[in-house]
Formats: sequence, C-alpha cells, structure tokens
Amino acid sequence: MTVLATPAAVSGRPAQRTPPKHTGKKVALVAALVLGACFSALPVLWMLSSSFKRNSEIFEFPPRLITPGFSFDAYTTILTDPVKLRFFLNSYVVALSVTVLSLVVAVLAAYAFSRYEFWGKKTINIVVVTVQAVPPITLLIPYFGLMVTLRLYNTYQGLILTYMVFTLPYAIIMMTGYFNTLPRELDEAVKVDGAGPMTALWRILIPISVPGLVSVGVYTFMIAWNEFLFALTLTRTEDMRTVPIGIQLLMGQHSYEWNEMMAMSILGCIPVLLLFLFFQRYFIGGMTAGAVKL
Amino acid sequence: MSQTTRPPRDALAVRPPAPARDVGARARSISRLKRRLTPYGFLTPTGVLLVILMITPIVMVVTYSLLDGVITNQNPAFVGFDNYVEVLTNPVFFTAVRNTLVFTISSVVVHFAIGLGFALMLNSPLLGNRTKGLFRVLYILPWLFTVAIVAVLWRLLLNPNGVVNYLLGAFGVTDGQTEWLASTSTALAAVTFINIWSGYPFFMISLLAGLQGIPRELYEAARVDGAGAWSQFLHVTIPQLRPIIISMALLDFIWTTQQFALIWMTTGGGPITSTEMLSTFTYKLAFTRYDFSLASASAVLVLLMSMVLAFFYVRHQKSRD
Repeated sequence: MTVLATPAAVSGRPAQRTPPKHTGKKVALVAALVLGACFSALPVLWMLSSSFKRNSEIFEFPPRLITPGFSFDAYTTILTDPVKLRFFLNSYVVALSVTVLSLVVAVLAAYAFSRYEFWGKKTINIVVVTVQAVPPITLLIPYFGLMVTLRLYNTYQGLILTYMVFTLPYAIIMMTGYFNTLPRELDEAVKVDGAGPMTALWRILIPISVPGLVSVGVYTFMIAWNEFLFALTLTRTEDMRTVPIGIQLLMGQHSYEWNEMMAMSILGCIPVLLLFLFFQRYFIGGMTAGAVKL
Repeated sequence: MSQTTRPPRDALAVRPPAPARDVGARARSISRLKRRLTPYGFLTPTGVLLVILMITPIVMVVTYSLLDGVITNQNPAFVGFDNYVEVLTNPVFFTAVRNTLVFTISSVVVHFAIGLGFALMLNSPLLGNRTKGLFRVLYILPWLFTVAIVAVLWRLLLNPNGVVNYLLGAFGVTDGQTEWLASTSTALAAVTFINIWSGYPFFMISLLAGLQGIPRELYEAARVDGAGAWSQFLHVTIPQLRPIIISMALLDFIWTTQQFALIWMTTGGGPITSTEMLSTFTYKLAFTRYDFSLASASAVLVLLMSMVLAFFYVRHQKSRD
C-alpha cells in the first residue's frame, strides 16, 4: 500500500534539484511530455469546447476552439429536461447502492477469508478470482430470462444485484488483502474480552480500514456508473435508463445534437472526475492494488 | 455469541476442573462448532449472490446452447451440439474471432508501449513533483470517461467533417476526407485506436507504481558495473516490472476481448462485418435475430476462451505468491 500510494504523494517530497548539464535532456523530456498530453488531453478539451458551441458550429470549417456562439445553452437544455435528469438520478441511485451494498457484503466475506481457516477456502477463493473473467456477454442471455422470472426486469434492484456480481470479486480480493495487512492481535484482543467476531469486525477492523474501503468504494462506484451492456438490456422504459444509455439515446435521435451530447458527457463524467480529484491517492492505490495483488 | 459458550481463555492449555467436566466439554464442542461455522456465515451473502447470479446463469446458458428455440419457443427440443456446429460453420464467427484478436492484441501491445513510455517519463528524476502531478492527471484523463462517452467523443472527432480530418488535411497527411468509422478499410483500425486511447492509463498507473517500487540500490549496483541507461532499462527495469507486466497484459487481454459498448456505439460491428467482434456477434444473434439458442452456443464458446485466459492468470498469480 505504501509503495502504491507514493505516486500521489505530490506535495510530500521536496522537488529534486537538477544539475545544469541535464538542461538539454530536460527540455527534450518536457517536449515529449507535452506531446503525450496532446494525445491524452486534446480530445477532452475538444469535448469541452464543443459543449459550448451551437450545433451549427460543430463542424465549421476551419474549426475553432471558441466560437461566436459560445453559450451554456446545451447544459441548460439538459438540466431542464426531466427525462435527462432522471437518467442522472437513476445512475446515482444505482451506483451508490451498489457501492454501499458491495462494501458490506465484501467486508463480511473478506473477514472470513482473512481471519479464518475453513474447509473449501482455497476453492472458494479461486472461484472468486475466476468469476472476474466471465464475459458479461455470456451472462447477458440467461440474465434476461432470469430477471424476468425474478420480477427484477426493468427495476433498480435488478441492475444493482447485477452490478454487485461484477464488483464483488474485486472488492473481496481487495479487502482481504487489506485485512491481511492488519495484525490479528487487534481483533483477538477484543474477542478475548468476550466480544464476538462481529464486534471485532465493526469496532476494530472497519475503523482502521477506511483507506481500503475508500479505494474499493471509488472503484465500485466507477464500475456501476459506467456500465453499459446490462443497463441497455435489463431496462426497457425511459424512466429506468442510466446516463451511458441516455448518451446513446441522444445519439440515436434523427438529428445529432452534438453540443448536447458533449454537455451530457461532461455532466456524466463529473462524479468520477470529482472522486478522482478528491481521492486520487486511494483511487490510484485501488487501481494498482487490484492489478498487482489480485 | 454469548458469554456462556465462550471457551475459557486458556481452553487449549488447561484441563477444566473435574466436577464441571461434562458441561465444559459440551460447551467447548458447541463453541468449536460455532467457530467452525462462523466463516460460512460471513460468506453467505456472497455465496447466495454468486450462486443465483453467476453459477445459475452459466448453467442456464449451457443448457440453452443444447436446445433449439429457447425463450421464443414453449417447448424447445434437445439438439445436442447442433447449435455449436452452426456457429462454428458460420464464416462471420471466424471474422469475429479474427477481428477480436486483431483488436485485442494491438490494443494490449500499444497499451503496454504507451503506458510504459508515459510511466518512465513521469518517473524521471529530472522533473519536479508539481510537473509530475500535472502530467499524471492529464495522462489519466482518458480513463475517467465511461466507454459511452469515449464512443460519442470519438464519433465527433473522427466524423468526416471533424477536427481529425481537418488537422490531417491541413498537414497534408491525408486528403482530409477519410470516413474513419464508415469505411471497411479503416473502421477496425479506428476502433482499435479509440480503445488504445481510452485504455492505456490503466497500464501506465500500474507500471508507474511498479517503477517506484524498484529499489534504487539495483540501479546503483548496475551503474557501478558500468551499465548505461539502456542496459539498466533492459537488465533492471524490465525484469523488475515483469510480474506486473504479465498480470496487466493478461487482465487487459481478458477485458479487451470482452469489449462491447465501444464497438456497439461507434460502428455496431460494421460496416458489413469489418469490426464484428465476438461480443457484438453474440449480442446480435440474441437481440437482433432473437435466436437465443445460437447466441447461447456462441456465448459458451466465448466463455471457454475466457476461462483459458483466466486459467493462465490464476496460475501466474499463484506463482507470484
């Protein structure tokens, strides 16, 4: 965790001094960095710029970053349209529920994996890891029928349970790893004093696992916020659609309202962007730990 | 758990006093049983969810693939492996396999190359921490957008009248008229490019963390042995990053073969079948042709391929422990 968290420790270390003989190298490096930034960030800048344009100016020739028609109209249109606001509401409800529920269920499972030896532990562990590789498209066809049978088709609950299946394995693996770094003596001490394992978990382990919980929570939220395939297939009515599907629906209309699509995209990435800016450390920690330790 | 069933603090070491022997033994065996069952209690929610929404659907899809006319037909007939034969003799299936491989292998290789390049730059001792922080955020940007947004954005950029064509035309690279996503000769390259753009940060961040975890002494030792920058890179950096690279490559490979939304929202698998992937091929069988039996057979084949990859992944992870 310490190693993983270092990239974000921006302000922690003093900047290193560079001897003058490196100036040439440094200029070349910064040039390369700027070139790389053009590749990664210019498309995003263009998205932002297009969201402020009039739709008639989107494909003007030659293209300009800021056009005479600069306005917030596209944003106003989206934020005053109850149908589109509903997409956002749905996305928030689903993503937040998935995050909370996944954390609760994953913490319980991780506690068992981290603190107990039991029959079948290895097998269950392998199942949890392997399940992550099951292609969504394989599950999609039976899910359609299953959700209808369980009366969960076109409901929040259906989407929430579905996303939990995708977020849980990762969350369990991450939290198990996190609990494993905490000394067993901590919870054993409470148990000796007569408390059960639940008390040890909630009173001792949870409070000191906040960084791990945040990492997992952020990652879980992102997966749920971004999911497309199941949101497309398991919901039918407009009032159950999520933001990614909302963007696709905008695209499906007869005339492309590019400025509105871009504005909706910007609005759609704001939660993830904010999570990233506030929790950069945890975010990167979670991302890398998942890949490195899985 | 109540006070009475709790074993004495030193239950393992000390014999209980003789008169209370029976009671003590019973209490201990109950408590042992409880302790044995506790982990399963903690795993119950996960277990229920995975059995209902993971194991059951997999059993269902395998069953579907052996029947004819499932979902649409009241009494589907058992047809054995007929559906598999039909999928495996469909030339579009093989086009989809080929496209998926081209798309995935190119994506993974370039993700790795760009990710490593950017990570090395961001890790350079020549840069101040503020500069590093700024560029790290800029480089992560593409990863913060959901695939749906990435797809719309690149449809705007790659539009025949869009800014990419304008720039390429202005610099004389092309005639500025290319229909990137609508022409059979460029569509696969275009969606691969989009996927590369949106996916490299994941590689980059892990490699960056890996780079920062390499002990400085290794480089110093290499320098003492007279190794130059390139030799240090080959003999210290790469071997040290190897486990991360393999994990990332396998994960990326598994995920990229499953990519659906990006293809669906940019080309829909077209034009004709030039960007048809296994995911879009299967999806169309089910939800465009409503042939859920064939789609299930195709989905099971996709599952088998993924499980082969997962096997290597799990084995690799185990060998690292």
